[in-house]
Amino acid sequence: MFKHYRKLWRGMLALLLLTPLGLLATGTAFGEWGTEQLTEEVGILPSGLAALADTWNYAILADYAIPGAEGTVGAVLGYMASGLVGIALVVAAIMWLSRIIED
Amino acid sequence: MLHGFYLFKRVRSQKILLKGVLIRMHIPDGYLSPVTALPIAAVMVPIIGIAVKKVQTTMKKKQAPLLAIGAAFSFLIMMFNLPIPGGSSAHAVGAVLIAILLGPWAATVAVTVALIIQAMIFGDGGIITLGANCFNIAFLMSFGGYYSYRLIKAKADASSIRGLVAAACGGYIGINLAALSTAVMFGMQYHWFQGPDGTPLYFMYPLKVALTVMMGEHLLFAGPVESAFTVLGVLFVARTYPEMIGSSAIKTGKTKGVMANV
Repeated sequence: MFKHYRKLWRGMLALLLLTPLGLLATGTAFGEWGTEQLTEEVGILPSGLAALADTWNYAILADYAIPGAEGTVGAVLGYMASGLVGIALVVAAIMWLSRIIED
Repeated sequence: MLHGFYLFKRVRSQKILLKGVLIRMHIPDGYLSPVTALPIAAVMVPIIGIAVKKVQTTMKKKQAPLLAIGAAFSFLIMMFNLPIPGGSSAHAVGAVLIAILLGPWAATVAVTVALIIQAMIFGDGGIITLGANCFNIAFLMSFGGYYSYRLIKAKADASSIRGLVAAACGGYIGINLAALSTAVMFGMQYHWFQGPDGTPLYFMYPLKVALTVMMGEHLLFAGPVESAFTVLGVLFVARTYPEMIGSSAIKTGKTKGVMANV
């Protein structure tokens, strides 16, 4: 699993370490958003949307963040931890699925 | 015309939902009517069934790690949010790179798995809309991108200049197809589902706006980044695992079918 594709896994590790770069965009989005502008310009909450928005409440790492981990350091660590958990789950799911492959 | 649109990503709290417009490739719950989302999910179920079957019959067991790596890669790539002027963000997907290396069916499976984990664990994309998201991002993107790539590459080597140009075009076309389909799903909600007083029930802006915002973001920003990831990925694999990519290797049987027939 790891041995033959070592170089690919190494690339994956590099990507994982770089993921906090992805937080820059969120920062921009949050930073550029003024509350008074928002209230005056997007004032509606569609009723159908409101009814369905919270369909799923079991996202334990919602928004790729560890609940309670705050500040820049918390966000960076939470984001990288999310990446790691995500990889682990995705790999586990695929390897479980691959049991059905015959050889 | 875009004045006044605030496009947030990964914002789930009700307070912000009240105020912000969320338009992005991972459609959250509430933005599509179940009348739209569930039939698309019903279409996606057999597609995934076929994809799993195809992977099962064409892939060897020892190649399963490649599929896992592909899914993990896609998961990570989607975490790299690109800041977009105006406060929005978008991201690449990696689906076309996986399709080039492992075939479009395998890419569909890999990206679908990543999307399911994103929705369930990270609240990224809805549950009712999961089928629609898989249709756009996993299926449409993998196949659209892959067949554009094949068409442009023709008989050239994957790591030749022409092959790399084809990979860039494939990535660009693939992600923009997904964005287009997503924008149409969003925008049609406004026209199809309105309350008796004419207020929108789900996505709250017309098709024209959804298309402009979505395609602007992806044609100008996410598209080129997807191209770059696709080309760099092909180059990386060509250097580290040339047997996965060279057509000559296939003829000698060295790859045992890893390449592009899954």
